[in-house]
Amino acid sequence: MLDKIKPTFSEGGRLSMLRSVFDGFETFLFVPNTTSKSGTHIHDSVDSKRVMFWVVLALVPAMLMGMYNTGYQHYLVTGQSVGFFQTFFWGLLAVLPCIIVSYVVGLTIEFAVAQAKGEEIHEGFLVSGLLIPLIMPVNTPLWMVAVATAFSVVFVKEIFGGTGFNVLNVALGARIFLFFSYPSKMSGDSVWIAVRDYFGFGKAQATVDTFTGATPLGQAAASVGADSMTLTNAVGDPLSWWDMFLGLIPGSIGETSTLAIVLGGLFLICTGVASWKIVVSVFGGGAIMALILNAFAVNPYMAMPFWEHWCLGGFAFGAFFMATDPVTAARTEAGKWIYGLLIGMLAILYRVINPAYPEGMMLAILLMNIFAKLIDYCVVQRNIKKRMKRAQVAIKK
Amino acid sequence: MTKQINIKKGLNINLQGAAAKERATASYTPLYAVSPIDFHGLLPKVVVKEGDPVKAGTPLVIDKKFPEINFVSPVSGVVKSIVRGEKRKLLHVVVAADTKTEYVTFPKRNPLEMTGAEVKEALATAGLWPFIKRRPYDLVANPDAKPKSIFVQGFDSAPLAPDYAFVLKGHAAEIQTGLDALTRLTEGQVYVCLPAENAAPELEKAQHVEFVRLKGPHPAGNVGVAINHVDPVNKGETVWTVNALDLVFFGRLFNQGIVDLTRLVALAGPAVYQPAYYSCKPGIALSALVEGNVHKEIPLRYINGNPLSGERVEKDGFLGFYNSQVTVLHEGSDVHELLGWVMPRLNMFSNSRTYFSFLIDKLMPKRQYDADTRVLGGERALIMSGEYDKVFPMDILPERLVRACIVKDLEDMEALGIYEVAPEDFALCEYVCTSKIEVQKVVREALDLLKAENGED
Repeated sequence: MLDKIKPTFSEGGRLSMLRSVFDGFETFLFVPNTTSKSGTHIHDSVDSKRVMFWVVLALVPAMLMGMYNTGYQHYLVTGQSVGFFQTFFWGLLAVLPCIIVSYVVGLTIEFAVAQAKGEEIHEGFLVSGLLIPLIMPVNTPLWMVAVATAFSVVFVKEIFGGTGFNVLNVALGARIFLFFSYPSKMSGDSVWIAVRDYFGFGKAQATVDTFTGATPLGQAAASVGADSMTLTNAVGDPLSWWDMFLGLIPGSIGETSTLAIVLGGLFLICTGVASWKIVVSVFGGGAIMALILNAFAVNPYMAMPFWEHWCLGGFAFGAFFMATDPVTAARTEAGKWIYGLLIGMLAILYRVINPAYPEGMMLAILLMNIFAKLIDYCVVQRNIKKRMKRAQVAIKK
Repeated sequence: MTKQINIKKGLNINLQGAAAKERATASYTPLYAVSPIDFHGLLPKVVVKEGDPVKAGTPLVIDKKFPEINFVSPVSGVVKSIVRGEKRKLLHVVVAADTKTEYVTFPKRNPLEMTGAEVKEALATAGLWPFIKRRPYDLVANPDAKPKSIFVQGFDSAPLAPDYAFVLKGHAAEIQTGLDALTRLTEGQVYVCLPAENAAPELEKAQHVEFVRLKGPHPAGNVGVAINHVDPVNKGETVWTVNALDLVFFGRLFNQGIVDLTRLVALAGPAVYQPAYYSCKPGIALSALVEGNVHKEIPLRYINGNPLSGERVEKDGFLGFYNSQVTVLHEGSDVHELLGWVMPRLNMFSNSRTYFSFLIDKLMPKRQYDADTRVLGGERALIMSGEYDKVFPMDILPERLVRACIVKDLEDMEALGIYEVAPEDFALCEYVCTSKIEVQKVVREALDLLKAENGED
């Protein structure tokens, strides 16, 4: 059937302006039967569609847990006690529009660009489109998600040449755009917990008196100068490490549950899609910096142990899903260790030493995205120097 | 003295249809061709006319740049046609063979008693010189160059490759003579590359040479790997490479005084009914090997060489000059696979762990795969990192080098080691590439550009 309507979309056909879209759907449905013209006659079964889709699969646990937590936080502060499914369903209602907006806006731009360039549609946005909503606070207005997505796809990715050429992580590009353009909507105490009602579900008014919507990291940053620090949940109960690990704390939609992130992340590492070297070194770097700060602790935040740092904020999410983006990360094997280590160290340093930015992961990753090329350059120079030296010895002979 | 090299990086692709170790007889064909397209970068000049009688060893074509290098007829007969393609590009000089082969006779000599120049002249006149190739550039060797060493490829690790121990059986004398001839061509060493196991005894017992033992997965058999580990090529240096299977021809020339290019060719691949070894000469019409031994109804891909770095050839084409392997695959252009990119695809091989073949192969190490020629994905910019590195066992950063080649940055290419590589070394990189980049083509074009810029012949 597809073959029959294909001519309509081919060059010169009636609907040729939708050629890329048609091609996108065709290759989505059927494996293209184009065969190799030159070079290697057989090819590995893997392709970029599969790799990208595997990342999306790996994000599913974090997404589901994020939905549940959104509902959980809502019912916590509105003082209602409801069942598991209603909690999840409320979260779904709150989060789904965000995901839809991100995909619709981003894919529209991608389709248009692919058509204008006469290329196939690149799959990169399949991942970015899900990452963007997962790193937003749940109260981010939908129009902001749309603007940020558009900004990021156009100015972080497409003007550099599209998927594979971007210097910065696309999803973080969207987040940092909002972070500096609309700081009041991206941080503070009121953006992390949704208090709305959807078709009669949920309540538009918080009923708990002690409602503090600050994230644990926000609380920690605010505690600098105090003698002691107790991190609490939204209704004032102290948090245990298990709460942080399971993710029943305020935060961006997908980043709270370390358990879900680790599940998805291990899937990525086992399938070889994400580099285990980067993940290990990010966590290692975080631990090293936390231990250094512990040793010189002058306030309770500096004394925070590294296993709590790992579970709070976007650290785990960034380590598994952002730092490992192969396009923006260091590409040499030695470079990956250095790159990850510096991300981990910088993220903790930003968090603890600079209270203006309670979360350092985004800034650490973006900064190292820029430095990744420099790290690679140094690693490559080592190989080049070795070859030069060998050549000089040969000339002397 | 033997050098041991252990290789960890690489990939063995276990395909169906390895040639059984038995000799089959090619069906009769009168058609043989010398095809200048087998020699990259050759400027051919035809020196015969249609209708001319020729013997086995009569020059048909010469190289305009090095007129002393002959390309000779493998059989005796009559020049049937001179086939040209677009822009009058010379494709084939076709010879209709006699039933009985008459040979041009050359003097029988012991190469150890000859000078290098005499060996060169003998090989060039008899049309055997093109079997010697050179690094850098992976072209027919420039006879005026002074190679610092010569590497002999003594086994082939590519998918479905011929077994050298089987093919070289009984050719010890010819091989020794061939190696003796090579020792006259360099002031450096002649290295013979051997596998860790099942090496051809005829090569193992050779004298006047050094051995390199390579252990590990493909591309362990590629000479490029041995060169990189033993005697890497620096700018301005030259290394020559020869395939051990072709040394037999050298030996016949010096021992018997004739150009007898008869060799065993492995006909292999998932689309072949009965894969086996055929005794034939290069340039034979391919139909003589495959007729009646492959599927008729479905589209097939015929390859001179292995599925990774071989040359595509049509069914009415000819066996390549260098090839001891012909692979036939299913083309796959008739396959419409629904949502293949997300399916488990348990029957398909992949180096990526997004498929289960890595697990299945651990349980069933002898499992063999079918593979067709579909690209199985769209071409993208380089996205995944470290993929090439896993299958590239040289002290070179393959991804950086390929990038330098794509953007044609000559300075970077040189710094990153372009002089040490041939396109075939990148065949596995091209195979595993998620972004489906034509890496071998990129490297070939880069080498051509570099050669032009360096102003070398």
